[in-house]
Amino acid sequence: MSDQDTALKRTPLYEFHVAHGAKMVPFAGYEMPVQYPLGVMKEHLHTRSAAGLFDVSHMGQVILTSGDGREAVARALETIVPVDVLGLKPNRQRYGIFTDETGGILDDLMIANTGDALFLVVNAACKAEDIAHMRAALPASVTVTEIVDRALLALQGPKAEEALARIAPQVADMKFMDSLRFDVDGVEWWVSRSGYTGEDGYEISVPAEIATQVAETLCAMEEVEPIGLGARDSLRLEAGLCLYGHDIDTSTSPVEGNIAWAIQKVRRTGGEREGGFPGADRILSELHNGAERKRVGLLPQGRAPMREGTPLFATPESQTPIGEITSGGFGPSVEGPIAMGYVPIAYSLDGTPVFAELRGKRLPVTVAPMPFRTSTYKR
Amino acid sequence: MAADIKFTEEHEWLRVEDDLIVVGITEHAAEQLGDVVFVELPEEGTTVSKDDEVVVIESVKAASDILAPLDGEIVEVNEPLSEDPGKVNEDPLGDAWFFKMKIEDMSVLEDFMSEAEYKDFIG
Repeated sequence: MSDQDTALKRTPLYEFHVAHGAKMVPFAGYEMPVQYPLGVMKEHLHTRSAAGLFDVSHMGQVILTSGDGREAVARALETIVPVDVLGLKPNRQRYGIFTDETGGILDDLMIANTGDALFLVVNAACKAEDIAHMRAALPASVTVTEIVDRALLALQGPKAEEALARIAPQVADMKFMDSLRFDVDGVEWWVSRSGYTGEDGYEISVPAEIATQVAETLCAMEEVEPIGLGARDSLRLEAGLCLYGHDIDTSTSPVEGNIAWAIQKVRRTGGEREGGFPGADRILSELHNGAERKRVGLLPQGRAPMREGTPLFATPESQTPIGEITSGGFGPSVEGPIAMGYVPIAYSLDGTPVFAELRGKRLPVTVAPMPFRTSTYKR
Repeated sequence: MAADIKFTEEHEWLRVEDDLIVVGITEHAAEQLGDVVFVELPEEGTTVSKDDEVVVIESVKAASDILAPLDGEIVEVNEPLSEDPGKVNEDPLGDAWFFKMKIEDMSVLEDFMSEAEYKDFIG
């Protein structure tokens, strides 16, 4: 990361993080808080029991518009994402992916219909490539605008609604994956009821100049604590959510990645707008015939956490790995090690025993359903 | 703290107890590691060489190793720590010792840092 070290960017909340005692680390080209004095474990548990505030301003916020209207933008975007964008209702958001010609995944993202435009949130590490990809692949009539003057916060946890509604009462009526724009004290907020923790909660885009004030107001509330990237990772892992670049990437198809649910019927074989996205041949075929391998949940049977890159074997003696762990660690709410990774379809059924090789030892692991902890979205 | 405790540059403490050396990690190391969730101890009776990886310790964030500070034999391990790894954060200098080892020549302990020197070392 030496190249990135020289020019690390800061989010509008950098001073906030430092003031709250965060340990800052380089992440996707930004200086980001990995943890606060509370520590990863307590930050994780606090988010599950009350509310946690995350700075996700490093992620890319992008608006797609067209003189031909939002429907034209949606049709255009459907040529590079295998998702029903046209059918996305105003003020609603859905998960999507950019695919490549080989059926691999270039990035995953959120797509919201703002009424007259589409609002996308993409991963920090991929945002430059995503924007270049959209500019190259979408017709010239579609304008791709990166929003660089807004911060993005996430407030997650069972008390998130109560806390946020004190300053923005509108949020109480929102449902999971609603996406709204409204004024708070004369300033426009873009809020969705979504997140990356398996908890109910919100993602809040506000102008950069009020970000610190909003964050301080929220953290002054008894139920809210600032939460770093460390807990963000353990929270999403327990929720069974993919981390791009680890659990899914250009070498994994959406069917292998077990996110085929993101491809609605209308884009599948026999659907009204079947195919028409990069890698459609392979992806539609895999949707019909299945893939050779699949991302699954994995429960190590002992106490030892198993991290990314740990090889998986069919038996304690077999020579050739059948797959590997792509994310793994300790789940503070599960109170034990959890992981996800890829295994051949024959080994993908819940309850299947496999073996991970850790420090020269083969340790038993069981294929398990995800999420590891039931998610609590407000549907 | 007494003069019979020494510190390594790998943030371990070594305390003389009769003819054995008790080994643990410092408060500074425990704090840097964060919440410890897993400890794997060596087997009693193992002969180790200096810098062998003898203990695996994992926090929510990452895995790290504890190295043998000296050549010797592991004669006792703190088994309860495997069941309650969080002790490493609660009481790193006391309850959360990792193992006791027997070494040939106790005088080599003089080569390690005193508490004051260690404090300077971590700044």
